[in-house]
Amino acid sequence: MKTRAIQYVVLIGVAAVFLGPLYWLLSTAFKQPTQIYQWPPAWWPHLTWENFSLAWKAAPFDRFFLNSTIITVIGTALKVVNAVLTAYAFAYLRFPFKKILFFAVLGAMMVPGHVTLLPNYLTVASLGWINTYAGLIIPGIGSAFATFLMRQHFLTLPTEVTDAAAVDGAGHLRTLWRVVLPMSRPMLITVVVITAVEEWNNFVWPLIVTNTASMRTLPVGLLILKDEEGLAAWGTIMAGTLLVLAPMLLIFLIAQRYIVGGITAGALKG
Amino acid sequence: MTVVDLPARTHPDERTIADGNDQRKRRRRREYGLFALLVAPNLLVIAVFAYWPIIYNAFLSLTDWNMIAARPTFVGLANYGRTLTDPAFHKTLWITVVFTGLIVVGSLVIGLALAFLFNLPLKGRGAVRTIAFAPHILSGAAVATIWAFIFDPGYGLMRALIEPFGAEPPDWMNNSDWALPGLVIVYLWKNVGFAALIYLAGLQGLPKELDEAAAIDGASTWTRFRSIKLPLLAPITFFLLITTVIGTFQAFDVIAVMTGGGPGDATTTLSWSIYNEGFQAFNAGRAATLSIIMFVILLLVTTVQARVMERRVHYR
Repeated sequence: MKTRAIQYVVLIGVAAVFLGPLYWLLSTAFKQPTQIYQWPPAWWPHLTWENFSLAWKAAPFDRFFLNSTIITVIGTALKVVNAVLTAYAFAYLRFPFKKILFFAVLGAMMVPGHVTLLPNYLTVASLGWINTYAGLIIPGIGSAFATFLMRQHFLTLPTEVTDAAAVDGAGHLRTLWRVVLPMSRPMLITVVVITAVEEWNNFVWPLIVTNTASMRTLPVGLLILKDEEGLAAWGTIMAGTLLVLAPMLLIFLIAQRYIVGGITAGALKG
Repeated sequence: MTVVDLPARTHPDERTIADGNDQRKRRRRREYGLFALLVAPNLLVIAVFAYWPIIYNAFLSLTDWNMIAARPTFVGLANYGRTLTDPAFHKTLWITVVFTGLIVVGSLVIGLALAFLFNLPLKGRGAVRTIAFAPHILSGAAVATIWAFIFDPGYGLMRALIEPFGAEPPDWMNNSDWALPGLVIVYLWKNVGFAALIYLAGLQGLPKELDEAAAIDGASTWTRFRSIKLPLLAPITFFLLITTVIGTFQAFDVIAVMTGGGPGDATTTLSWSIYNEGFQAFNAGRAATLSIIMFVILLLVTTVQARVMERRVHYR
């Protein structure tokens, strides 16, 4: 009985470690400035929206939000379409040297993203894409890991169903759209959610490929806000931080099992 | 990564016996065409933005270029010579190794401990598991910003935690002794839930019989942990080790937001110095050299992984 009690204490302690910083963020974002700069700290805020309007005045957060949304939606759509089409081709179609081509796709996972920053910046510059949506989105729509996950999943589907579709005269694209994809819904949702989270959180690429406030995304805008406002405006900065985090927290709470399922599947099958 | 190698499923009309030879050839050509069409966009992007950068980096690393001059000047291996003998580079490498080492050990140990906790029959463990994992999917820049405030020696949460013990809170991010440990704490807070999740999945997949038999034979909890569970979890530990090394080597957003590689060069890791050389000092040759060095190091890590995985498959 005593061990069980200790175990519960530890469990609550762990919860506090992970919730504490998030509560600190949330409460600060809604505190009045005088409450933020007092010691000992106020644990309960006198609710105010002031910090959000200050953040909005300090930086064009509506624009950051729009840019992040555009990049996440279009980037995710293109990347997932790429993954699905490539995975379908590798699972169902014949082609000479298909195996080598598949390893060429998988091999992209061995190239660390950070190593590609400078050359990709120069490539994007020579395409005239600096500070454009194309420059922000296109370099990231190649898909290796999602393609791998989708292909492995397609190979587990029963052949009878796709065969039946073909006998009924359905072409490949129709089979993909009408038969294969509906049977792959959970995997598809997993791939979409994980990709969207990555796109939204992406930091270093938008940082180097944009150079005006109107093209910044939320995470990059946040860095600039923090550097400009400094230590004197934690309320404003926490309000901005909350704007960056809130959508992903929401998606996480809704699609948690898909994210967790996808991540463990990727790890344990690998 | 093991690729399950199943043969491609053929479209049934490929198998129709009545097919004329000509018709079959035409069908096959159409299938090839469709394959190329479906795969081309992805392969093109991968070629241009994943493979070409390696070649481009290798070329740039042999040059001196400020990215403004019309073209790079060829300097041979000078960049490598200078970088590899540069004490500042040695320090960068050392900081990277320390940073990575602390995070790897921290994630594995804490992750495993959390996994055991979440595996106990406790009420609310699912919710706490979710809470511990949540930071993993949050923006690194945003998480770093929260922690920058927590570490604020004047009004941060850390001061409230440290002061009751009679100690003075350090100025974490502006103190060269505390900045790196501070970053490690943030990085662990963000990512340890991932290790816990993977370990938990591993624990739940372990065969129960072995553990139960050992318990009946009177083996203590500790012995069962050390001699049964830990060895059985070795493949998962190895997977986490490799992915954590690869991820931590490229850690950037937390460093960019919290320290910018400083104070001085106290948190200048390899990933930060690539950014610094390329996009702040505009020294393409140096940045490319550092990129190639990082690429080679991580390639060695993945090669070791592939070798070990192969052995596991063959000799099991």
